[in-house]
Amino acid sequence: MTAPATTAPPDAPATARHVGSWVAFRALLLRDGYVLRKNLREFLPRTILQPLLLVFVFTYVFPKIGQGIGGTAGAADFSTMLVAGVLASVILFQGIQSVALPMVQEFGFTREIEDRVLAPLPLELVGVEKIVAGALQCLLSALIVFPIATFVPATPVHLRLDWPVLLTIAPLACVMSAALGLLFGTLFDPRTVPLLFGIVVIPLTFLGCIYFPWAQLESIRWLQVLVLVNPLVYMSEGFRAALTPVPHMRLLAVYPVLLGFTVAFSALGLRTFRNRVLS
Amino acid sequence: MSTTASDASEHAPRPSDPPPGAPEVIRTVGLTKVYPGGVTAVDRLDLVVGRGEIFGLLGPNGAGKTTTAGMLTTRVVPTSGSAHVGGVDVWAHPARAKELIGVVPQTNTLDRALTVRDNLYFHGRFFGMSRAVARRETDDLLERFKLTERAAMPVLALSGGMAQRLMVARAVMHRPSVLFLDEPTAGLDPQSRIAMWEILADLHVDGQTILLTTHYMEEADQLCDRLAIIDHGRVLALDTPEGLKRSTGIDTSVVVSAEGDLAALAALLDREIDGSTSARVLDGTVHLGVTGAEGVLPAVVQVAERGGFRVTDLSITEPTLETVFIDLTGKDLRE
Repeated sequence: MTAPATTAPPDAPATARHVGSWVAFRALLLRDGYVLRKNLREFLPRTILQPLLLVFVFTYVFPKIGQGIGGTAGAADFSTMLVAGVLASVILFQGIQSVALPMVQEFGFTREIEDRVLAPLPLELVGVEKIVAGALQCLLSALIVFPIATFVPATPVHLRLDWPVLLTIAPLACVMSAALGLLFGTLFDPRTVPLLFGIVVIPLTFLGCIYFPWAQLESIRWLQVLVLVNPLVYMSEGFRAALTPVPHMRLLAVYPVLLGFTVAFSALGLRTFRNRVLS
Repeated sequence: MSTTASDASEHAPRPSDPPPGAPEVIRTVGLTKVYPGGVTAVDRLDLVVGRGEIFGLLGPNGAGKTTTAGMLTTRVVPTSGSAHVGGVDVWAHPARAKELIGVVPQTNTLDRALTVRDNLYFHGRFFGMSRAVARRETDDLLERFKLTERAAMPVLALSGGMAQRLMVARAVMHRPSVLFLDEPTAGLDPQSRIAMWEILADLHVDGQTILLTTHYMEEADQLCDRLAIIDHGRVLALDTPEGLKRSTGIDTSVVVSAEGDLAALAALLDREIDGSTSARVLDGTVHLGVTGAEGVLPAVVQVAERGGFRVTDLSITEPTLETVFIDLTGKDLRE
């Protein structure tokens, strides 16, 4: 029973040819891209609406009606500070919406996953493809939302782009969010998925340093320490460093922690994916 | 039950061997699955399927058929033993094995996000077809499986029978060495079931090797070249449908409905009827297996009435696979 698998079996029809994992991987990406294009009319509003309303209310309505927000720093600084947080939250949301939610369905009543994992590539690569496709959608949504966060506020946003940081933080944040999406998608089922938003995503966003820089939490020391477990904090602070002159967490902390989260979520997500697929 | 390749080359072919000269496409040796909690779903399964065969796994629900198919299709991790498909060790090289198998699972696993046509097109792309080849193959398959008119529809708009046809079309698109079908007609209306049988028969004519699981005796009888009867994860018998029916030694099966103590009636008939080989009470009737059926019906009535039983109905059939199953397990396949 030691038939070598590297040589084509003599009895296999010539037409069932050796495909190679990369070809199958690329085709899976192609399928996801096609579905995204087809569903653009759903993708756009779902991507744009939440950040648009957030930016609109906080940085347009509030200053216009004289509602003080953002502390003593002033409304203009608040708009600048918020840009980074909005991008980070959009990416995190997209990771969950584009990876976790479809996966919960595919593992749930549709069982579509049973067919997807029969594509001729190692099981782990099917999971990796989900992360890559999700990360690309995260990146796309960040590109769509960035102009909104920049131009909607009533007061001018002061950008100061640090390209090397931006070009490294953005992909890292996208991959991390997609990997988190994979992990959530394999941990939750259709019955428990409302909990994902209620008890996981909402605390992550409210305490993700979207609306305030991490450094300003100094006056609530326990909270400043507590939020360090939240991956969104490092994304927000990373984007703050990449896009704005607002003071931010040291990049020496941001990069390794983001990288660590990415590796951990990917490894755990791929493991739970495998365990869910195989019995 | 089954034999190994070396046995096959040294001995005259037995009914449990694949057709002589056909290269083997599936081979399992001691394939075993024990689920967490200690339930043994498949117990040391040895199976050889030759190219071009339709091979059936027949057994009641929970017999281990789906688990067996799962272990051959990279979905269920065996506890021990080995599984080879097309010469590839399924668990040593699952990605390579997946190129050689086509799978139609029990549930509808079509891609809900895509149309009928795109389900086929992207399947072709997953399996390395170029854009042009995938398009051409898609059109051919739509035509062949009578789905051309539905090509642009979302798959959710398909009826059960059409969805099943599309799943078969998808599974054979990349020319697999073996097509696995798990209960291919469960839940289909009779018309769709017959249409599915015709499709499978056509594939068989084209030389497609097929392994199917079923708990429908007619399906196994009509389609399969050979089949294994499975219960509690073990192969109870493996032969051609004809061979299995012959093996019971019964050439006629008499079903008697009567009033009174049926167990006593069964015992009485078994004792008194010439050539009786078995008598069992199933579903409120007595099933009597007989060799040499000449004049058996009047004899049954006579014996029963002499014993004080009133016979209310009486029928006589050729032995079916159900007879075989009852003979092997003492229970009805539908239980």
